[in-house]
Amino acid sequence: MLTSAFSFTRLRAQFIKEVLSVLRDPRSRMVVFVPPILQLLVFAFAATLEVRNVDIAVYDQDAGRWSHELVQRLDSARFITHVRHVDSQQQLHELIDRGEVIAALAIPVDFSRSIAAGESGRAQVLVDGRRSNSGQITVAYLSTIAADVGAEVVPDAQAPTPVVVRHWFNPNLVYRWFIVPGLTGILALFSALLITSLSIARERELGTFDQLLVSPTSTPEIIISKSLPALAIGTALGLFMISAGVFLFGIPFTGSFALLLASLVLFIASVVGIGLMISAVSMTQQQAILGAFAVGVPAVLMSGFATPVENMPVVLQWLAQAIPLTHFLIIVEGSFLKAMPPGDILASLWPLAVIALATLTMATVFVRGRLQ
Amino acid sequence: MQASPAIAAVPAGAGEDAAIVIEDVDKHFGDVKALRGLSARIHYGRLTGLVGPDGAGKTTLMRILTGLLVPNAGHVTLAGYDVVKDNDAIHVASGYMPQRFGLYEDLSVMENMRLYAQLRGMDADRNADLFAELLDFTRLGPFTKRLAGKLSGGMKQKLGLACALMARPKVLLLDEPGVGVDPVSRQDLWRMVQALTDEGMAVVWSTAYLDEAERCESVLLLNQGQLLFDGPPQELTAQLEGRSFRLEDVGAERRAVLTQALDLPSVSDGVIQGAGVRVVLREGAQAEQLQALSDQARVELAQVPARFEDAFIDLLGGGPGGTSTLAERLPPVELGSDIAVSCRNLTKRFGEFTATDNVSFEVQKGEIFGLLGPNGAGKSTTFKMLCGLLKPTAGEAHVVGHDLRRATGAAKSRLGYMAQKFSLYGLLSVQQNLEFSAGVYGLEGNTRRERIAEMIETFDLGDWLSATPDSLPLGHKQRLALACSLMHRPPVLFLDEPTSGVDPITRREFWTHINGLARKGVTIMVTTHFMDEAEYCDRVAMLSRAQLIALDTPDALKRSAVSPERPDPTMEDAFIHLVESADRELEAAT
Repeated sequence: MLTSAFSFTRLRAQFIKEVLSVLRDPRSRMVVFVPPILQLLVFAFAATLEVRNVDIAVYDQDAGRWSHELVQRLDSARFITHVRHVDSQQQLHELIDRGEVIAALAIPVDFSRSIAAGESGRAQVLVDGRRSNSGQITVAYLSTIAADVGAEVVPDAQAPTPVVVRHWFNPNLVYRWFIVPGLTGILALFSALLITSLSIARERELGTFDQLLVSPTSTPEIIISKSLPALAIGTALGLFMISAGVFLFGIPFTGSFALLLASLVLFIASVVGIGLMISAVSMTQQQAILGAFAVGVPAVLMSGFATPVENMPVVLQWLAQAIPLTHFLIIVEGSFLKAMPPGDILASLWPLAVIALATLTMATVFVRGRLQ
Repeated sequence: MQASPAIAAVPAGAGEDAAIVIEDVDKHFGDVKALRGLSARIHYGRLTGLVGPDGAGKTTLMRILTGLLVPNAGHVTLAGYDVVKDNDAIHVASGYMPQRFGLYEDLSVMENMRLYAQLRGMDADRNADLFAELLDFTRLGPFTKRLAGKLSGGMKQKLGLACALMARPKVLLLDEPGVGVDPVSRQDLWRMVQALTDEGMAVVWSTAYLDEAERCESVLLLNQGQLLFDGPPQELTAQLEGRSFRLEDVGAERRAVLTQALDLPSVSDGVIQGAGVRVVLREGAQAEQLQALSDQARVELAQVPARFEDAFIDLLGGGPGGTSTLAERLPPVELGSDIAVSCRNLTKRFGEFTATDNVSFEVQKGEIFGLLGPNGAGKSTTFKMLCGLLKPTAGEAHVVGHDLRRATGAAKSRLGYMAQKFSLYGLLSVQQNLEFSAGVYGLEGNTRRERIAEMIETFDLGDWLSATPDSLPLGHKQRLALACSLMHRPPVLFLDEPTSGVDPITRREFWTHINGLARKGVTIMVTTHFMDEAEYCDRVAMLSRAQLIALDTPDALKRSAVSPERPDPTMEDAFIHLVESADRELEAAT
């Protein structure tokens, strides 16, 4: 019987087996179909850095014209659900302690009087430091309101805010415009990582991996047959998220689709390599899933999705360059909002190609290493 | 016999009281009837075997006895307590060792024992005596600091037994304690159980091994959820008296003789025993046909004592026929050389540990070659090196002339492999599994279609094509696994504990095919824990502590164990004898 290192017949048989395994395995199916829908809903609607639907406590000791003006504006501010009026400093503290309000405004007795006297009115803002991020944003909103009141006090003075900020690419700072393109990468990352990390571990649990290793099939054939379904599913998911971004959320897509698609495929290929490495060293599917999360979560945190890569220590910045998601995020965010020129995309594309080559080669070595 | 004074709490007036009373128990899972109208009594001070093929309902009954399952109808009392109403009392009165005992693999032997003591509400520090006693009893004393995960199969079972004995139960329930345990460790387990029943404890030992059943004082024989027999095994065996025969020293022709014998209408069952063929006549049948066969083969026909296994097979309506439809279709194997598999100075080290030490042998074309040895003796490491799953540290292995290190692809396309648990793709249908194994061995076009159709027809899989392998009856599952590993018609077939956990009838069918293949010149390499399977082998290589300690025909190995006390040793006796004398030599040398 003639045997060669590569046979299309063997590859085809294994490819069909892999596709059927992914589609028929409830665990794999869940990995493929549930997270996209769930994450789409969770991230796009719930995970937002804007502050909304909060309560503010007001202890108005003044009851003069200007304090009335200030409270009225708070009342009509859209981010506040209720303005809770209290009668003592004590109550104010309690509301913050119990977490019922995020911030409290204490207006002193002489607030309107001072303003009438031509001095500046001072009010105290107490913020719940346990929710530091939302608290800071609330303070920023509150100072804008205070500044507006100030502008009314001195109508003919200069503009209260001397600087006018214009946000490029995302003029209204719509949070979703930023998060949905990033999600494309994260979602594709986890799907491809889980599908591949389960694939060898599943066979090992069944005992079929030994069966595969005693057959004349070669390691590259095993790697290719296990990569292709994950590559196809990951790319399809990425495309699904991109179209959801464009058609559902109306995010302007300004870059080159062809280049984005190429980067998506390369990105997933590099993730597939990582997943196969995890799978090659896992004895059970449980270990494989844990391994995928142990690698996937830090990768997302360090990729620049939540915090800028530039803020990290230098050593970690180097490490971040080895994470495929870092490069893909630059490309996908650039393609959506800022019409990134091909030259800039290529600058992030070649590292992806290098990483893909490295991880797939390592995966081959890992799988072959199982024969020791 | 070693005594274990305090372990069993002997109930007062144990003589007449039944330890367990089972009355009209029914249990079904959906449409599957696991137990049907079962009634039986189990007595104190006796070892009761719960015997039956896979899926007979043994585990279901065990779990009802321990109160883990509630029967759909009927009552069970254990030590006087109703298993449903007095569930808490059951846990105190009984010790249960499930098939895979819940040992914590990352805890040491001692930590596991302390944990189980504490779970039973015992103060581990105040029970130092009990611990010492249990460790002595199980001979685990030297290993208290070893992690449970690092113990051999036999030692794990002993630790499980120690934990189950922790609360001094009146009734001990052991669910297939002998599975995956080598004969030496098995003998240890028997010794312990014997000591416990002598103390007055009721012990229930469930098993699919019929030689184990024969050693029980009383058996409950289950099949498809029904009780077929209740009583001492000798009583059942006695019904078969005069129906068991052996064709002595048939030699090279024994496989052909077995096939002929099994195809006789008067024969209900037959197996190979070394160079001989053992047959059982149908009820009421005469030995004339058999006599004619032995005359024709020019061998002696001797009457032999019946075994429990004979009675069991007879009760189930006899074994399968002797002709392998599979082997009939295969063309005879042509090889360039007479040596199908060989290894020279084969050695495998994992760090400091040597798993296989300098093993050499040659296997002839068409030979059935067995690899036997205690757990951890290096049997499976050696086997894996021979089929290319492990790379040897030193030495070399050849399959049909190809060096496994260099020409892996060429060597691998000439071998078939069937693993324990029949590694099939559970997510794929039967048809897809067949397609896959044809494809992965590079079969294309017409050849591929023909081979698949041939396998479906030979193994009668036509009705199951769209089912998943897991939903198949055990026998069909085994046929499918065999079909997948033979799709490319390999001249060498590797079988790794192929019939572990398989009932005797399915096992016979399997060996019919294997015998047929061997007659066509296919070389068979097999590892097994079943001593009666070793009897099918032409030659057996016995491994102990990584070394080859014996290599000979089963009969010669048995002869080497002959002693004044044991004039006619079984394969199991030979196994224990060889391993123990190898151990003694090793101790003498150091």
